[in-house]
Amino acid sequence: MFLRIQNSRMQPLRKCLVNSRRAFASADIYTTDPIDPSEAKFGKILIANRGEIACRVINTCKRMGIKTVAIHSDVDSRSLFVRMADEAFCVGPAPTSQSYLNVDAILEAIKNSGAEAVHPGYGFLSENTTFAALLEEEGVTFIGPNSKAIESMGDKIMSKKLANQAKVNCIPGFDGVVDTPEEAIKIAKQIGYPVMIKASAGGGGKGMRVAWNDKEAAEGFRFSKEEAAASFGDDRLLIEKFIDKPRHIEIQFMCDKHGNGVYLNERECSIQRRNQKVIEEAPSTFVNPELRKAMGEQALALAKAVGYDSAGTCEFLVDSQKNFYFLEMNTRLQVEHPITECITGVDLVHQMIRVAKGHPLRINQSQVPLNGWAFESRVYAEDPFKNFGLPSIGRLHRYIEPTNIPRVRCDSGIVEGSEISIYYDPMICKLVTYGPTREDARKTMISALDEYVIRGVNHNISLLRAIMGEESFIRGDTDTGYLKKIWPDGFTGIPLTVETKNHLAAISSCVYVQDDITASSILSSRRLEGTDGASRVWEVQVDIKDERVRASVIRSSNGRYLVNIDGNHLEVSLPESLSQPTIPVSVGDANYVVQVPTRDFAGNIRLRFEGTAFDLKVVPTECAEYLQRMPEKPKPDVSKQVAAPMPGLVKSVAVQVGDVVGENQEVCVVEAMKMQNSLVSLAMGKIKAVLVKEGEAVEEGQLLVELE
Amino acid sequence: MEHTCSDFEMEKQKFAGDSVVTGHGEIHGRKVFVFSQDFTVFGGSLSSVHAKKVCKIMDQAMLVGAPVIGLNDSGGARIQEGVESLAGYADIFLRNVTASGVIPQISVIMGPCAGGAVYSPAMTDLVFMVKDTSYLFITGPDVVKAVTNEDVTQEQLGGSKTHTHTSGVAHGAFENDVDALIQLRRLYDFLPLNNREGSPRRQCSDPWDRPAYSLDSVVPLESTKAYNMIDVVLDLVDDRDFFEIMPNYAKNLVCGFARMNGETVGIVGNNPKYAAGCLDINSSVKGARFVRFCDAFNIPIVTLVDVPGFLPGTSQEYNGIIRHGAKLLYAYAEATAPKVTIITRKAYGGAYDVMSSKHLRGDVNYAWPTAEVAVMGAKGAVSILYRGSDNVARYEQEYIDKFTNPFSAAVRGFVDDIIEPHSTRMRICRDLNMLRDKKLSNPPKKHGNIPL
Repeated sequence: MFLRIQNSRMQPLRKCLVNSRRAFASADIYTTDPIDPSEAKFGKILIANRGEIACRVINTCKRMGIKTVAIHSDVDSRSLFVRMADEAFCVGPAPTSQSYLNVDAILEAIKNSGAEAVHPGYGFLSENTTFAALLEEEGVTFIGPNSKAIESMGDKIMSKKLANQAKVNCIPGFDGVVDTPEEAIKIAKQIGYPVMIKASAGGGGKGMRVAWNDKEAAEGFRFSKEEAAASFGDDRLLIEKFIDKPRHIEIQFMCDKHGNGVYLNERECSIQRRNQKVIEEAPSTFVNPELRKAMGEQALALAKAVGYDSAGTCEFLVDSQKNFYFLEMNTRLQVEHPITECITGVDLVHQMIRVAKGHPLRINQSQVPLNGWAFESRVYAEDPFKNFGLPSIGRLHRYIEPTNIPRVRCDSGIVEGSEISIYYDPMICKLVTYGPTREDARKTMISALDEYVIRGVNHNISLLRAIMGEESFIRGDTDTGYLKKIWPDGFTGIPLTVETKNHLAAISSCVYVQDDITASSILSSRRLEGTDGASRVWEVQVDIKDERVRASVIRSSNGRYLVNIDGNHLEVSLPESLSQPTIPVSVGDANYVVQVPTRDFAGNIRLRFEGTAFDLKVVPTECAEYLQRMPEKPKPDVSKQVAAPMPGLVKSVAVQVGDVVGENQEVCVVEAMKMQNSLVSLAMGKIKAVLVKEGEAVEEGQLLVELE
Repeated sequence: MEHTCSDFEMEKQKFAGDSVVTGHGEIHGRKVFVFSQDFTVFGGSLSSVHAKKVCKIMDQAMLVGAPVIGLNDSGGARIQEGVESLAGYADIFLRNVTASGVIPQISVIMGPCAGGAVYSPAMTDLVFMVKDTSYLFITGPDVVKAVTNEDVTQEQLGGSKTHTHTSGVAHGAFENDVDALIQLRRLYDFLPLNNREGSPRRQCSDPWDRPAYSLDSVVPLESTKAYNMIDVVLDLVDDRDFFEIMPNYAKNLVCGFARMNGETVGIVGNNPKYAAGCLDINSSVKGARFVRFCDAFNIPIVTLVDVPGFLPGTSQEYNGIIRHGAKLLYAYAEATAPKVTIITRKAYGGAYDVMSSKHLRGDVNYAWPTAEVAVMGAKGAVSILYRGSDNVARYEQEYIDKFTNPFSAAVRGFVDDIIEPHSTRMRICRDLNMLRDKKLSNPPKKHGNIPL
């Protein structure tokens, strides 16, 4: 009972604020083929998805004047998308198999709500032909391609076959086993250099060789054969085309039920980790009009060959010579669709809904514009310092999107106070910026990342911000190996130059001084003249990671600070309030927007600088000298322990007390957000204790298994 | 000063100042008296001169109304001085007691402290330790072995972990000596100088009327699900700056200092994350001592209530939950400092009364829409009211509809308002401002008789 009251009492105001802002922010992008209110439309649409994509679809429905129905799991019942929809139905408990994939409950919700059509978003049921067929039986429209198209493109072998038939470039390769070096050269020549010779049983780069000519092919054949035999006990080899510096470039297209189709230019999604996209942009720096046309036409040819009738994407790999090869077709709306919308002005969801209703496309290929440039950063709740991103969970106690900046679009499904749980994808937001040029869009993205306030969970803004300022990215020199190439030893935060390190030290010492002055401002205390800090010099030491910087700080009468670091005199200006979520500061001529998520008024300051959060310790220099004399604490030996690197569910435990395990032997598997992590022992030893059971939820850093 | 002992050839070993350094100074412009025992002189042992020096600054601190901080590092009595040393202890003990409630007294244990040296810290308001290098025990491991034949290390017997996790003797532990002093300065900024001055106020840049929207969803939908009350505290207070007292002891009750609009407040909150936030012996004693400290120095008390009741069971009853639980009740009832209370979720049974209820002179009592004020949970109530009935589910629902909401308390005026969680900070700041000059005193008496 109280819940209903709570809803009616506190939600309407925020709901309307949130909605109007979001709808407004995205509506001004859609300039090509805007909504025609006189066109026939569905009365009510059910969105069989959650989070940001549900919000995204609801937004367009609202602008089209279509009623919306949300389905949700019990833990999502207070989520933004549920509040935005006109109606909502709970379809089960948190695990997706019992809620968002629970076809029976969803069909029931469709029946009860009287929805005429279903938008599946991406993931979940978006490429499920059984679901689409069931909808058809019920006379409900599936907003997406027909089941035949989904089916034929969902099957890897069939899609390759169809692609070949439609004369789409596929990765050339030799299916059989290669027996002799001569044969290897012959096949390599047929395929065209460079080629990749690899073990048929292979994996992990072993038994793999790249050959650029006949000599290398023969050599590679020999080495690979030996390696394969040694590593896998199986020396059978395969040969396929090697794609050097591969870029992941995809073509968005839109088809209707009347045989019309247009391609909406490309998106480059080369920056990936573990085959998951991190940053996407449209258009690609690498694609020229000829290549665009060639790729677009092949994508459309394939779409037509399967009778495609909705929005879809053709993924290609492009090598350094601008040869492109078909990978697969995604028969759904994609996560990164907003950047295409930004450069073409087309509302893809609007078009999907129209086309599903049976309307023909109103634009032809020559009317598809390519205006300016757009970036999308996928903001995830994860720790980018671990393997470029391991999931993280928590409650967003502060959350402010940078939508106050012009040309920033945030597609998200969360608000302040939302919980990022282990059950669903850890994406917080798709942060999209656009502008007339790539450089404009990139600079806007940097400001947006700096002003994005996310507190309560770990997030990957530090990595996104570092990429946006990295030189080869700025040049557009990216391929799918980008992250590993730039940060071969893993990402550890934005690299500091001598200058930026000094600036960081200067800002943090001024924060310390300002807090020190505040602490001396206790209103009832009386002070002797000259002891109030007006003419004081603060001598402090700042610890930045393993480095120590000494600074002396004077507060000048105009409220600015004069900082001296190693003879560099820097003038720093801080705003009066350090409590505001984003803090604009200037150091000399440089301007920054920093954030201070936490500080304890005793010199421990967490400061977000150029995207990366630094845990800094500022102490007076005399204190620093005493600190050096403190006995060093022995670091606990962690090699005998296995701890959870992230929060999640224990999927399986492979050992029991008393078992002897070797180094790097798997002891258990922890699953979080659809990702399985095998945890291994770091040393050889006997298992002393197993502290968790299968199916148990664990926190980050929780001890799972102990060795003797 | 020098020591006066002439036995055991002590007259040949004299050190200027003997085994303690005393004096006064300022922390962020506010006066403070400090003594620091010097382990390098006779192991920091307490001579009569040592005691005199400590008493001297304590007397002066009382005179001018300033806190005393003791940095303790003493092996105990100066055995060579015999009974004179014991007399010195008693002089300090007496001053600890007379100063109690007049000026804040803080002890930091920075080395091994044994014997008589542990009782003076025990009588001060707050005791802190340094991890790995400080110990507190009546007698060391050797004597323990001789008396009880028990093998125990110094760390196990009286290390910082023992006293902050198990015994509750210490209120916190720090990484090293310097860190301890830095954090002590931070704590000092929260404290009033004496019992006449009132809670300190300073400039505040965190807007007093800042809405904290994340509080709207902090209480989970299912009333059995846990959440961390510290999250609520951090969202409410200035700059998320919270100095927690006893963070590792009786975690089901959160206590600590924070500021609201620049003014120091004492925060007490049941924490559903641990033991469902129930009141047991340890949390009652922890809370009672903290509430009495705040009240003694007129620090306003903000209480966040989510309590399912007192913890039942033999181990609690045998150890006197009734007597110990009564301490918290006594402390809240006796307190005359401004009291603002927010019921975030459960306020069941006697524990509802205890947690700064309206009936115990709570000045402003709020409830969030998720509040449930009742004698007990639905299951328990129905099993008593309808014993043996087979229509339990219906009666339970009836009970839930009737009682698991804040209305029955609101219509009787036991809560002043039902508020939206995000407005809580704004309201507390406004109410504290209104209560700044609150005058309330208990009838004159020698002293009450708290159930010790």
